[in-house]
Amino acid sequence: MPNVLTYAEVRAGDLRKISLEAVSTARALADAYGGEVHVVLSGGPGVGSHAGTLGEHGADAVFVTEHEALAQYNPEALSALVAGRARNGYSAVLVGASARGRDLAPRVAAKLGAAILSDVTSLRREGDALVATHPVYTGKVLATLRLTSGDAAAVVSLRPGAFSATQAPRTARVEAAPPAGDPSAVRVQVKETTTADSRKLDLAEAPVIVSGGRGLKAAQNFKLVEDLAAAFGNAAVGATRAVTDDGWRPHSDQIGQTGRQVSPELYVAVGISGAIQHIAGMRASRCIVAINKDAEAPIFKVADYGIVGDVFEVVPALTAAIRELRARS
Amino acid sequence: MKIAVCIKRVPEMDVKFRIAASGKAVDEMGLKWDMSDFDGYAVEAALQMVEKLGTGEVVVISLGPDAAQEVLRKALSMGATRAVHLKSDQVPFDSAAIATALAAELKDGGYDLIMFGKMAIDSASGATGVIVGETLGLPTVHGCTKLEITNGKGSARRELEGGAEEVTFPLPAVVTIDEGIARPRYPSLKGIMAAKKKPMDTRPAQLGTVRVTVDAMALPPERAAGRIIGEGAAAVPELVRLLQTEAKVL
Repeated sequence: MPNVLTYAEVRAGDLRKISLEAVSTARALADAYGGEVHVVLSGGPGVGSHAGTLGEHGADAVFVTEHEALAQYNPEALSALVAGRARNGYSAVLVGASARGRDLAPRVAAKLGAAILSDVTSLRREGDALVATHPVYTGKVLATLRLTSGDAAAVVSLRPGAFSATQAPRTARVEAAPPAGDPSAVRVQVKETTTADSRKLDLAEAPVIVSGGRGLKAAQNFKLVEDLAAAFGNAAVGATRAVTDDGWRPHSDQIGQTGRQVSPELYVAVGISGAIQHIAGMRASRCIVAINKDAEAPIFKVADYGIVGDVFEVVPALTAAIRELRARS
Repeated sequence: MKIAVCIKRVPEMDVKFRIAASGKAVDEMGLKWDMSDFDGYAVEAALQMVEKLGTGEVVVISLGPDAAQEVLRKALSMGATRAVHLKSDQVPFDSAAIATALAAELKDGGYDLIMFGKMAIDSASGATGVIVGETLGLPTVHGCTKLEITNGKGSARRELEGGAEEVTFPLPAVVTIDEGIARPRYPSLKGIMAAKKKPMDTRPAQLGTVRVTVDAMALPPERAAGRIIGEGAAAVPELVRLLQTEAKVL
Protein backbone atom coordinates (compact mmCIF):
# COMPACT_ATOMS: atom_id res chain seq x y z
CA MET A 1 0.00 0.00 0.00
CA PRO A 2 2.38 2.72 -1.11
CA ASN A 3 -0.26 5.40 -1.71
CA VAL A 4 -1.08 8.23 0.69
CA LEU A 5 -4.51 9.83 1.01
CA THR A 6 -5.18 13.42 2.12
CA TYR A 7 -8.22 15.56 2.59
CA ALA A 8 -8.50 19.08 1.17
CA GLU A 9 -10.34 21.51 3.42
CA VAL A 10 -12.36 24.20 1.66
CA ARG A 11 -14.10 26.89 3.68
CA ALA A 12 -16.35 29.55 2.21
CA GLY A 13 -15.09 28.54 -1.23
CA ASP A 14 -11.41 28.93 -0.35
CA LEU A 15 -8.89 26.12 -0.23
CA ARG A 16 -7.21 26.34 3.19
CA LYS A 17 -3.43 26.66 3.33
CA ILE A 18 -3.29 23.64 5.66
CA SER A 19 -4.62 21.51 2.78
CA LEU A 20 -1.57 22.34 0.68
CA GLU A 21 0.68 21.61 3.65
CA ALA A 22 -1.03 18.22 3.90
CA VAL A 23 -0.59 17.50 0.19
CA SER A 24 3.11 18.45 0.33
CA THR A 25 3.63 16.24 3.39
CA ALA A 26 1.77 13.41 1.68
CA ARG A 27 4.02 13.90 -1.38
CA ALA A 28 7.17 13.45 0.71
CA LEU A 29 5.71 10.38 2.41
CA ALA A 30 4.43 8.83 -0.83
CA ASP A 31 7.87 9.33 -2.39
CA ALA A 32 9.35 7.40 0.54
CA TYR A 33 6.92 4.55 -0.19
CA GLY A 34 7.17 4.83 -3.97
CA GLY A 35 3.48 5.61 -4.22
CA GLU A 36 0.95 8.21 -5.28
CA VAL A 37 -0.80 11.07 -3.49
CA HIS A 38 -4.58 11.00 -3.67
CA VAL A 39 -6.81 13.77 -2.40
CA VAL A 40 -10.44 13.80 -1.31
CA LEU A 41 -11.88 17.16 -2.39
CA SER A 42 -15.46 17.62 -1.32
CA GLY A 43 -17.83 20.51 -0.95
CA GLY A 44 -20.64 22.33 -2.66
CA PRO A 45 -21.01 22.52 -6.46
CA GLY A 46 -17.86 23.96 -8.06
CA VAL A 47 -15.42 22.77 -5.40
CA GLY A 48 -13.65 20.67 -8.04
CA SER A 49 -12.06 23.86 -9.40
CA HIS A 50 -9.37 23.50 -6.71
CA ALA A 51 -8.04 20.27 -8.22
CA GLY A 52 -5.40 22.12 -10.27
CA THR A 53 -3.87 23.78 -7.20
CA LEU A 54 -3.68 20.40 -5.47
CA GLY A 55 -1.86 18.99 -8.53
CA GLU A 56 0.65 21.84 -8.41
CA HIS A 57 1.56 20.74 -4.89
CA GLY A 58 2.02 17.10 -5.75
CA ALA A 59 -1.37 15.39 -5.94
CA ASP A 60 -1.48 12.55 -8.50
CA ALA A 61 -5.24 12.03 -8.27
CA VAL A 62 -8.09 14.16 -6.91
CA PHE A 63 -11.45 12.58 -6.09
CA VAL A 64 -14.08 15.27 -6.33
CA THR A 65 -17.41 14.97 -4.52
CA GLU A 66 -19.79 17.88 -5.03
CA HIS A 67 -23.08 18.02 -3.15
CA GLU A 68 -25.14 20.85 -1.67
CA ALA A 69 -25.12 19.09 1.71
CA LEU A 70 -21.31 19.06 1.69
CA ALA A 71 -21.02 22.84 1.20
CA GLN A 72 -20.91 23.20 4.99
CA TYR A 73 -18.74 21.00 7.15
CA ASN A 74 -20.64 17.73 7.43
CA PRO A 75 -18.71 15.52 9.86
CA GLU A 76 -20.75 12.36 9.41
CA ALA A 77 -20.97 12.40 5.60
CA LEU A 78 -17.41 13.59 5.18
CA SER A 79 -15.84 11.02 7.52
CA ALA A 80 -17.81 8.28 5.70
CA LEU A 81 -16.51 9.62 2.39
CA VAL A 82 -12.86 9.80 3.47
CA ALA A 83 -12.96 6.44 5.26
CA GLY A 84 -14.64 4.85 2.23
CA ARG A 85 -11.87 6.09 -0.02
CA ALA A 86 -9.22 5.06 2.51
CA ARG A 87 -10.45 1.47 2.39
CA ASN A 88 -9.05 1.25 -1.17
CA GLY A 89 -5.61 0.57 0.27
CA TYR A 90 -3.48 3.41 1.60
CA SER A 91 -0.51 3.45 3.93
CA ALA A 92 -1.65 6.66 5.59
CA VAL A 93 -4.41 9.25 5.66
CA LEU A 94 -3.16 12.78 6.36
CA VAL A 95 -5.51 15.51 7.57
CA GLY A 96 -4.63 19.07 8.58
CA ALA A 97 -5.26 19.58 12.31
CA SER A 98 -7.50 22.62 11.86
CA ALA A 99 -10.63 22.85 14.02
CA ARG A 100 -12.43 20.72 11.43
CA GLY A 101 -9.49 18.40 10.80
CA ARG A 102 -9.17 17.66 14.52
CA ASP A 103 -12.78 16.52 14.35
CA LEU A 104 -12.46 14.62 11.08
CA ALA A 105 -9.24 12.66 11.72
CA PRO A 106 -10.41 10.65 14.78
CA ARG A 107 -13.74 9.93 13.07
CA VAL A 108 -11.92 8.46 10.07
CA ALA A 109 -9.57 6.51 12.35
CA ALA A 110 -12.53 5.03 14.25
CA LYS A 111 -14.35 4.08 11.05
CA LEU A 112 -11.22 2.35 9.75
CA GLY A 113 -10.34 0.77 13.10
CA ALA A 114 -7.00 2.52 12.63
CA ALA A 115 -4.51 4.01 15.03
CA ILE A 116 -4.05 7.78 15.02
CA LEU A 117 -1.29 10.30 15.57
CA SER A 118 -2.73 13.74 16.39
CA ASP A 119 -1.37 17.23 15.85
CA VAL A 120 2.13 16.20 14.77
CA THR A 121 4.90 18.64 13.86
CA SER A 122 7.12 16.20 11.97
CA LEU A 123 6.42 12.92 10.22
CA ARG A 124 8.60 10.30 8.58
CA ARG A 125 8.48 6.69 7.54
CA GLU A 126 10.67 4.14 9.27
CA GLY A 127 10.20 0.64 7.87
CA ASP A 128 6.60 -0.35 8.51
CA ALA A 129 6.11 2.39 11.08
CA LEU A 130 5.42 6.10 11.04
CA VAL A 131 7.45 8.20 13.43
CA ALA A 132 6.21 11.65 14.41
CA THR A 133 6.89 14.51 16.77
CA HIS A 134 3.98 15.66 18.90
CA PRO A 135 4.19 18.52 21.42
CA VAL A 136 2.84 17.42 24.82
CA TYR A 137 2.54 18.98 28.29
CA THR A 138 1.46 22.30 26.71
CA GLY A 139 4.46 22.33 24.40
CA LYS A 140 6.97 21.99 27.23
CA VAL A 141 7.92 18.49 26.14
CA LEU A 142 8.27 16.97 22.67
CA ALA A 143 7.22 13.35 22.30
CA THR A 144 8.55 11.16 19.52
CA LEU A 145 5.76 8.70 18.78
CA ARG A 146 5.83 5.51 16.73
CA LEU A 147 2.72 4.17 15.05
CA THR A 148 2.76 0.59 13.84
CA SER A 149 -0.53 0.16 12.10
CA GLY A 150 -0.51 -3.33 10.64
CA ASP A 151 -3.11 -3.60 7.89
CA ALA A 152 -5.23 -0.48 8.44
CA ALA A 153 -4.12 2.89 7.09
CA ALA A 154 -2.56 5.05 9.77
CA VAL A 155 -4.42 8.33 10.36
CA VAL A 156 -2.30 11.40 11.08
CA SER A 157 -3.35 15.00 11.73
CA LEU A 158 -0.76 17.69 10.97
CA ARG A 159 -0.30 20.84 13.03
CA PRO A 160 -1.02 23.89 10.85
CA GLY A 161 2.13 25.79 9.99
CA ALA A 162 4.50 22.99 11.01
CA PHE A 163 4.86 21.66 7.47
CA SER A 164 5.57 23.76 4.41
CA ALA A 165 3.44 23.81 1.30
CA THR A 166 5.83 23.37 -1.63
CA GLN A 167 5.33 23.14 -5.35
CA ALA A 168 5.71 19.69 -6.94
CA PRO A 169 3.74 20.32 -10.14
CA ARG A 170 1.97 17.60 -12.02
CA THR A 171 -1.38 17.30 -13.73
CA ALA A 172 -3.61 15.49 -11.29
CA ARG A 173 -6.13 12.97 -12.58
CA VAL A 174 -9.53 14.26 -11.59
CA GLU A 175 -12.30 11.76 -10.88
CA ALA A 176 -15.85 12.47 -9.81
CA ALA A 177 -16.74 10.36 -6.76
CA PRO A 178 -20.24 9.88 -5.37
CA PRO A 179 -20.91 10.75 -1.74
CA ALA A 180 -21.09 7.88 0.74
CA GLY A 181 -24.85 7.58 1.24
CA ASP A 182 -27.09 10.64 1.38
CA PRO A 183 -25.06 13.55 2.81
CA SER A 184 -28.23 15.35 3.89
CA ALA A 185 -29.44 12.37 5.97
CA VAL A 186 -27.10 12.99 8.89
CA ARG A 187 -27.72 13.49 12.61
CA VAL A 188 -25.16 16.21 13.28
CA GLN A 189 -26.26 19.24 11.25
CA VAL A 190 -23.80 22.12 10.93
CA LYS A 191 -24.46 25.74 10.08
CA GLU A 192 -21.45 27.97 9.83
CA THR A 193 -21.87 31.34 11.47
CA THR A 194 -20.55 34.30 9.62
CA THR A 195 -16.99 35.34 10.12
CA ALA A 196 -16.45 38.96 11.01
CA ASP A 197 -14.29 39.45 7.96
CA SER A 198 -13.67 36.66 5.49
CA ARG A 199 -10.34 38.22 4.50
CA LYS A 200 -9.19 38.14 8.10
CA LEU A 201 -6.11 36.00 8.52
CA ASP A 202 -6.30 33.15 10.94
CA LEU A 203 -3.81 32.67 13.78
CA ALA A 204 -2.74 29.34 12.29
CA GLU A 205 -1.99 30.81 8.90
CA ALA A 206 -0.70 34.31 9.54
CA PRO A 207 3.07 34.85 9.29
CA VAL A 208 2.77 37.67 11.85
CA ILE A 209 0.67 37.74 15.02
CA VAL A 210 0.09 40.84 17.12
CA SER A 211 -1.29 39.89 20.51
CA GLY A 212 -2.66 42.02 23.31
CA GLY A 213 -2.96 41.58 27.07
CA ARG A 214 -4.30 43.35 30.13
CA GLY A 215 -1.72 46.08 29.70
CA LEU A 216 -4.08 47.57 27.12
CA LYS A 217 -6.36 48.45 30.04
CA ALA A 218 -9.70 48.40 28.15
CA ALA A 219 -11.41 46.57 25.30
CA GLN A 220 -11.51 49.61 23.02
CA ASN A 221 -7.72 49.98 23.26
CA PHE A 222 -7.36 46.77 21.27
CA LYS A 223 -7.61 49.11 18.30
CA LEU A 224 -3.87 49.75 18.84
CA VAL A 225 -3.22 46.05 18.29
CA GLU A 226 -5.54 45.90 15.29
CA ASP A 227 -3.90 48.94 13.73
CA LEU A 228 -0.45 47.42 14.11
CA ALA A 229 -1.70 44.14 12.60
CA ALA A 230 -3.21 46.08 9.70
CA ALA A 231 0.08 47.91 9.16
CA PHE A 232 1.92 44.60 8.74
CA GLY A 233 -0.71 43.56 6.19
CA ASN A 234 -0.16 39.86 6.87
CA ALA A 235 -0.90 39.73 10.58
CA ALA A 236 -3.60 38.14 12.73
CA VAL A 237 -4.71 39.40 16.14
CA GLY A 238 -4.37 37.26 19.26
CA ALA A 239 -5.04 37.77 22.94
CA THR A 240 -4.25 36.44 26.39
CA ARG A 241 -6.69 34.43 28.45
CA ALA A 242 -7.24 37.33 30.85
CA VAL A 243 -8.47 39.37 27.90
CA THR A 244 -10.77 36.69 26.45
CA ASP A 245 -12.13 35.89 29.92
CA ASP A 246 -13.07 39.55 30.27
CA GLY A 247 -14.83 39.42 26.91
CA TRP A 248 -12.58 42.01 25.26
CA ARG A 249 -11.89 39.48 22.50
CA PRO A 250 -13.60 36.24 21.42
CA HIS A 251 -12.45 33.02 23.02
CA SER A 252 -11.15 31.80 19.65
CA ASP A 253 -8.44 34.52 19.75
CA GLN A 254 -6.91 33.17 22.95
CA ILE A 255 -3.29 32.04 22.67
CA GLY A 256 -2.01 29.83 25.45
CA GLN A 257 -2.15 26.59 27.32
CA THR A 258 -5.89 26.09 26.91
CA GLY A 259 -6.21 28.15 23.74
CA ARG A 260 -4.42 28.23 20.42
CA GLN A 261 -0.78 27.23 20.09
CA VAL A 262 0.88 29.27 17.39
CA SER A 263 4.25 29.45 15.66
CA PRO A 264 4.36 32.51 13.37
CA GLU A 265 7.50 34.07 11.94
CA LEU A 266 6.97 37.12 14.12
CA TYR A 267 5.00 37.42 17.35
CA VAL A 268 4.47 40.86 18.83
CA ALA A 269 3.27 40.80 22.46
CA VAL A 270 1.66 44.08 23.46
CA GLY A 271 0.99 44.74 27.14
CA ILE A 272 1.41 41.04 27.95
CA SER A 273 3.21 40.16 31.18
CA GLY A 274 4.03 36.64 30.01
CA ALA A 275 2.19 34.26 32.31
CA ILE A 276 3.44 30.71 31.92
CA GLN A 277 0.07 29.73 30.41
CA HIS A 278 0.46 32.33 27.66
CA ILE A 279 4.08 31.44 26.92
CA ALA A 280 2.95 27.83 26.35
CA GLY A 281 0.93 29.02 23.36
CA MET A 282 3.53 31.17 21.62
CA ARG A 283 7.01 30.01 22.60
CA ALA A 284 7.45 28.20 19.26
CA SER A 285 7.27 31.52 17.36
CA ARG A 286 10.41 32.21 15.32
CA CYS A 287 10.91 35.77 16.54
CA ILE A 288 9.23 37.32 19.56
CA VAL A 289 8.94 41.04 20.27
CA ALA A 290 7.60 42.29 23.60
CA ILE A 291 6.40 45.76 24.49
CA ASN A 292 5.60 46.20 28.17
CA LYS A 293 6.00 48.91 30.77
CA ASP A 294 7.40 46.55 33.41
CA ALA A 295 11.04 45.69 32.72
CA GLU A 296 10.75 42.73 35.11
CA ALA A 297 7.82 41.14 33.23
CA PRO A 298 8.55 37.47 32.39
CA ILE A 299 7.65 38.08 28.73
CA PHE A 300 11.09 39.71 28.33
CA LYS A 301 12.73 36.37 29.19
CA VAL A 302 11.35 34.76 26.02
CA ALA A 303 11.34 37.82 23.79
CA ASP A 304 14.14 38.16 21.25
CA TYR A 305 13.64 41.92 21.33
CA GLY A 306 12.01 43.89 24.10
CA ILE A 307 11.01 47.51 24.44
CA VAL A 308 10.24 48.76 27.93
CA GLY A 309 7.66 51.47 27.71
CA ASP A 310 4.08 52.62 27.60
CA VAL A 311 2.19 50.63 24.97
CA PHE A 312 0.06 53.71 24.19
CA GLU A 313 3.21 55.47 23.09
CA VAL A 314 5.37 52.67 21.65
CA VAL A 315 2.73 50.79 19.64
CA PRO A 316 1.51 53.78 17.56
CA ALA A 317 5.16 54.62 16.81
CA LEU A 318 5.80 51.06 15.69
CA THR A 319 2.61 51.08 13.60
CA ALA A 320 3.75 54.27 11.86
CA ALA A 321 7.23 52.83 11.24
CA ILE A 322 5.85 49.59 9.74
CA ARG A 323 3.42 51.57 7.56
CA GLU A 324 6.24 53.71 6.29
CA LEU A 325 8.42 50.68 5.62
CA ARG A 326 5.69 48.97 3.62
CA ALA A 327 4.87 52.14 1.69
CA ARG A 328 8.51 52.30 0.56
CA SER A 329 8.79 48.67 -0.51
CA MET B 1 -31.07 12.79 32.21
CA LYS B 2 -28.16 10.43 32.71
CA ILE B 3 -24.78 11.92 31.88
CA ALA B 4 -21.35 10.29 31.84
CA VAL B 5 -18.23 12.44 32.01
CA CYS B 6 -14.85 10.89 31.22
CA ILE B 7 -12.00 12.57 33.05
CA LYS B 8 -8.22 12.17 33.22
CA ARG B 9 -5.70 12.74 35.99
CA VAL B 10 -2.84 14.87 34.67
CA PRO B 11 0.10 16.77 36.15
CA GLU B 12 -0.33 20.48 36.79
CA MET B 13 1.40 22.29 33.97
CA ASP B 14 2.89 25.30 35.74
CA VAL B 15 6.26 23.63 36.27
CA LYS B 16 9.47 23.01 34.43
CA PHE B 17 9.26 19.35 33.42
CA ARG B 18 12.23 16.99 33.59
CA ILE B 19 12.63 13.86 31.52
CA ALA B 20 12.69 10.52 33.38
CA ALA B 21 15.76 8.27 33.25
CA SER B 22 13.98 6.04 30.71
CA GLY B 23 13.97 8.94 28.26
CA LYS B 24 10.39 8.03 27.39
CA ALA B 25 8.34 9.90 29.98
CA VAL B 26 8.46 12.96 32.20
CA ASP B 27 9.94 12.57 35.66
CA GLU B 28 6.93 12.44 37.99
CA MET B 29 8.93 13.31 41.10
CA GLY B 30 7.43 16.36 42.77
CA LEU B 31 4.61 16.84 40.27
CA LYS B 32 1.18 17.86 41.52
CA TRP B 33 -1.84 16.30 39.89
CA ASP B 34 -5.36 17.36 39.10
CA MET B 35 -8.25 16.77 36.73
CA SER B 36 -7.35 17.84 33.18
CA ASP B 37 -8.57 21.42 32.55
CA PHE B 38 -11.11 20.67 29.83
CA ASP B 39 -12.47 17.69 31.78
CA GLY B 40 -13.20 20.09 34.64
CA TYR B 41 -15.29 22.23 32.30
CA ALA B 42 -17.15 19.10 31.18
CA VAL B 43 -17.92 18.04 34.77
CA GLU B 44 -19.17 21.53 35.59
CA ALA B 45 -21.33 21.71 32.45
CA ALA B 46 -22.83 18.28 33.28
CA LEU B 47 -23.60 19.28 36.88
CA GLN B 48 -25.24 22.52 35.76
CA MET B 49 -27.40 20.65 33.25
CA VAL B 50 -28.68 18.19 35.84
CA GLU B 51 -29.21 20.98 38.38
CA LYS B 52 -31.21 22.97 35.85
CA LEU B 53 -33.40 19.98 35.03
CA GLY B 54 -33.76 19.15 38.72
CA THR B 55 -33.33 15.48 37.96
CA GLY B 56 -30.74 13.08 36.65
CA GLU B 57 -27.32 11.77 37.51
CA VAL B 58 -23.72 12.48 36.58
CA VAL B 59 -21.41 9.46 36.45
CA VAL B 60 -17.70 10.22 36.26
CA ILE B 61 -15.32 7.72 34.69
CA SER B 62 -11.53 7.72 34.70
CA LEU B 63 -9.02 5.33 33.19
CA GLY B 64 -5.67 5.13 34.90
CA PRO B 65 -3.70 3.87 37.88
CA ASP B 66 -5.09 3.82 41.44
CA ALA B 67 -4.28 7.51 41.79
CA ALA B 68 -6.96 8.25 39.17
CA GLN B 69 -9.40 7.84 42.05
CA GLU B 70 -8.20 11.24 43.35
CA VAL B 71 -9.78 13.08 40.44
CA LEU B 72 -12.89 10.91 40.57
CA ARG B 73 -13.24 11.81 44.24
CA LYS B 74 -12.82 15.47 43.36
CA ALA B 75 -15.62 15.23 40.77
CA LEU B 76 -17.81 13.52 43.37
CA SER B 77 -17.10 16.34 45.80
CA MET B 78 -18.13 18.83 43.09
CA GLY B 79 -21.47 17.03 42.95
CA ALA B 80 -21.20 14.00 40.64
CA THR B 81 -23.41 11.08 41.66
CA ARG B 82 -21.04 8.12 41.40
CA ALA B 83 -17.72 7.12 39.90
CA VAL B 84 -16.20 4.32 37.86
CA HIS B 85 -12.46 3.69 37.93
CA LEU B 86 -11.14 1.71 34.95
CA LYS B 87 -7.88 0.51 36.38
CA SER B 88 -4.81 0.46 34.19
CA ASP B 89 -1.38 0.95 35.74
CA GLN B 90 -0.09 2.34 32.45
CA VAL B 91 -2.04 4.79 30.32
CA PRO B 92 -0.85 4.13 26.77
CA PHE B 93 -0.20 7.02 24.34
CA ASP B 94 -2.80 5.54 22.03
CA SER B 95 -6.18 7.31 21.74
CA ALA B 96 -7.82 4.35 19.99
CA ALA B 97 -6.69 1.81 22.61
CA ILE B 98 -8.09 4.01 25.40
CA ALA B 99 -11.31 4.69 23.49
CA THR B 100 -11.86 0.93 23.18
CA ALA B 101 -11.85 0.57 26.98
CA LEU B 102 -14.10 3.60 27.55
CA ALA B 103 -16.57 2.57 24.84
CA ALA B 104 -16.87 -0.89 26.40
CA GLU B 105 -17.72 0.71 29.75
CA LEU B 106 -20.16 3.25 28.29
CA LYS B 107 -21.93 1.01 25.77
CA ASP B 108 -24.69 -0.39 27.94
CA GLY B 109 -24.80 2.42 30.48
CA GLY B 110 -28.02 3.94 29.14
CA TYR B 111 -26.50 7.44 29.02
CA ASP B 112 -28.34 10.30 27.33
CA LEU B 113 -25.15 12.30 27.03
CA ILE B 114 -21.49 11.29 27.21
CA MET B 115 -19.07 14.12 27.80
CA PHE B 116 -15.31 14.55 27.51
CA GLY B 117 -12.91 17.45 27.71
CA LYS B 118 -11.84 18.31 24.17
CA MET B 119 -8.38 16.95 24.97
CA ALA B 120 -6.22 15.86 27.87
CA ILE B 121 -3.86 18.71 28.66
CA ASP B 122 -0.85 16.38 29.01
CA SER B 123 -1.03 14.11 25.95
CA ALA B 124 -2.85 16.79 23.91
CA SER B 125 -4.25 14.49 21.23
CA GLY B 126 -7.95 15.33 21.45
CA ALA B 127 -9.03 12.15 19.70
CA THR B 128 -10.37 9.81 22.38
CA GLY B 129 -13.84 11.33 22.82
CA VAL B 130 -14.55 11.40 19.09
CA ILE B 131 -13.37 7.81 18.63
CA VAL B 132 -15.66 6.73 21.49
CA GLY B 133 -18.59 8.52 19.81
CA GLU B 134 -17.90 6.86 16.47
CA THR B 135 -17.33 3.47 18.09
CA LEU B 136 -20.69 3.69 19.85
CA GLY B 137 -22.35 4.93 16.64
CA LEU B 138 -23.62 8.06 18.39
CA PRO B 139 -23.90 11.62 17.06
CA THR B 140 -20.68 13.32 18.12
CA VAL B 141 -19.75 16.99 18.45
CA HIS B 142 -16.13 17.92 19.16
CA GLY B 143 -15.00 21.06 20.97
CA CYS B 144 -18.22 22.72 22.17
CA THR B 145 -17.96 26.24 23.57
CA LYS B 146 -21.72 26.38 24.10
CA LEU B 147 -24.09 23.52 24.74
CA GLU B 148 -27.82 23.37 25.28
CA ILE B 149 -29.99 20.32 25.71
CA THR B 150 -33.78 20.60 25.42
CA ASN B 151 -36.35 17.87 24.85
CA GLY B 152 -33.89 15.24 23.72
CA LYS B 153 -32.16 17.56 21.27
CA GLY B 154 -28.83 19.29 21.57
CA SER B 155 -27.40 22.42 20.08
CA ALA B 156 -23.80 23.46 20.34
CA ARG B 157 -21.29 25.97 19.09
CA ARG B 158 -17.80 25.05 17.88
CA GLU B 159 -15.06 27.59 17.32
CA LEU B 160 -13.29 27.53 13.98
CA GLU B 161 -10.27 29.49 12.87
CA GLY B 162 -11.73 32.97 12.48
CA GLY B 163 -15.34 31.87 12.84
CA ALA B 164 -17.68 29.41 14.45
CA GLU B 165 -20.27 26.84 13.54
CA GLU B 166 -23.63 26.11 15.13
CA VAL B 167 -24.49 22.43 15.36
CA THR B 168 -27.71 20.56 16.14
CA PHE B 169 -27.94 16.88 17.02
CA PRO B 170 -30.30 14.35 18.65
CA LEU B 171 -29.63 12.48 21.91
CA PRO B 172 -28.10 10.20 22.95
CA ALA B 173 -24.87 11.83 21.87
CA VAL B 174 -21.19 12.30 22.65
CA VAL B 175 -19.82 15.83 23.10
CA THR B 176 -16.36 17.12 23.92
CA ILE B 177 -16.05 20.39 25.77
CA ASP B 178 -13.83 23.37 25.02
CA GLU B 179 -13.02 26.26 27.30
CA GLY B 180 -15.65 28.97 27.62
CA ILE B 181 -18.57 26.78 28.71
CA ALA B 182 -18.32 26.86 32.48
CA ARG B 183 -15.66 27.46 35.09
CA PRO B 184 -15.48 24.43 37.38
CA ARG B 185 -16.70 25.09 40.91
CA TYR B 186 -14.52 24.50 43.93
CA PRO B 187 -15.73 21.57 46.01
CA SER B 188 -17.44 22.77 49.17
CA LEU B 189 -16.58 21.24 52.55
CA LYS B 190 -20.04 19.68 52.55
CA GLY B 191 -19.37 18.29 49.08
CA ILE B 192 -16.05 16.85 50.17
CA MET B 193 -17.69 15.12 53.14
CA ALA B 194 -20.55 13.80 50.99
CA ALA B 195 -18.11 12.49 48.36
CA LYS B 196 -16.57 10.09 50.87
CA LYS B 197 -19.82 8.13 50.98
CA LYS B 198 -20.54 8.14 47.25
CA PRO B 199 -20.05 4.86 45.35
CA MET B 200 -16.86 4.24 43.37
CA ASP B 201 -16.62 1.04 41.33
CA THR B 202 -13.25 -0.23 40.17
CA ARG B 203 -12.76 -2.66 37.33
CA PRO B 204 -9.86 -3.48 35.03
CA ALA B 205 -9.68 -1.37 31.84
CA GLN B 206 -10.20 -3.43 28.70
CA LEU B 207 -7.70 -1.53 26.55
CA GLY B 208 -7.59 -2.10 22.81
CA THR B 209 -4.40 -3.16 21.04
CA VAL B 210 -1.69 -0.57 21.60
CA ARG B 211 -0.26 0.55 18.25
CA VAL B 212 1.19 3.93 19.21
CA THR B 213 4.22 3.92 21.50
CA VAL B 214 6.62 6.54 22.82
CA ASP B 215 10.12 6.37 21.35
CA ALA B 216 11.40 9.32 23.33
CA MET B 217 10.47 12.44 25.20
CA ALA B 218 12.69 15.49 25.18
CA LEU B 219 12.63 19.11 26.22
CA PRO B 220 12.37 21.54 23.30
CA PRO B 221 15.45 23.65 22.60
CA GLU B 222 15.66 26.62 24.97
CA ARG B 223 15.06 29.98 23.39
CA ALA B 224 18.21 32.06 23.29
CA ALA B 225 18.12 34.73 25.97
CA GLY B 226 16.41 37.82 24.66
CA ARG B 227 17.43 41.39 25.16
CA ILE B 228 15.77 44.65 25.94
CA ILE B 229 16.79 47.00 23.16
CA GLY B 230 15.56 50.25 24.61
CA GLU B 231 12.88 52.28 26.30
CA GLY B 232 9.83 54.02 24.90
CA ALA B 233 9.04 55.06 21.33
CA ALA B 234 12.68 56.07 20.81
CA ALA B 235 13.57 52.35 20.58
CA VAL B 236 11.23 51.72 17.65
CA PRO B 237 13.72 52.51 14.82
CA GLU B 238 16.26 50.12 16.35
CA LEU B 239 13.57 47.43 16.65
CA VAL B 240 12.60 47.81 13.00
CA ARG B 241 16.26 47.66 11.97
CA LEU B 242 16.83 44.45 13.95
CA LEU B 243 13.67 42.85 12.58
CA GLN B 244 14.90 43.62 9.05
CA THR B 245 18.60 42.88 9.26
CA GLU B 246 19.04 40.41 12.12
CA ALA B 247 15.79 38.47 12.48
CA LYS B 248 14.94 38.99 8.78
CA VAL B 249 11.22 38.82 9.40
CA LEU B 250 10.26 42.06 7.68
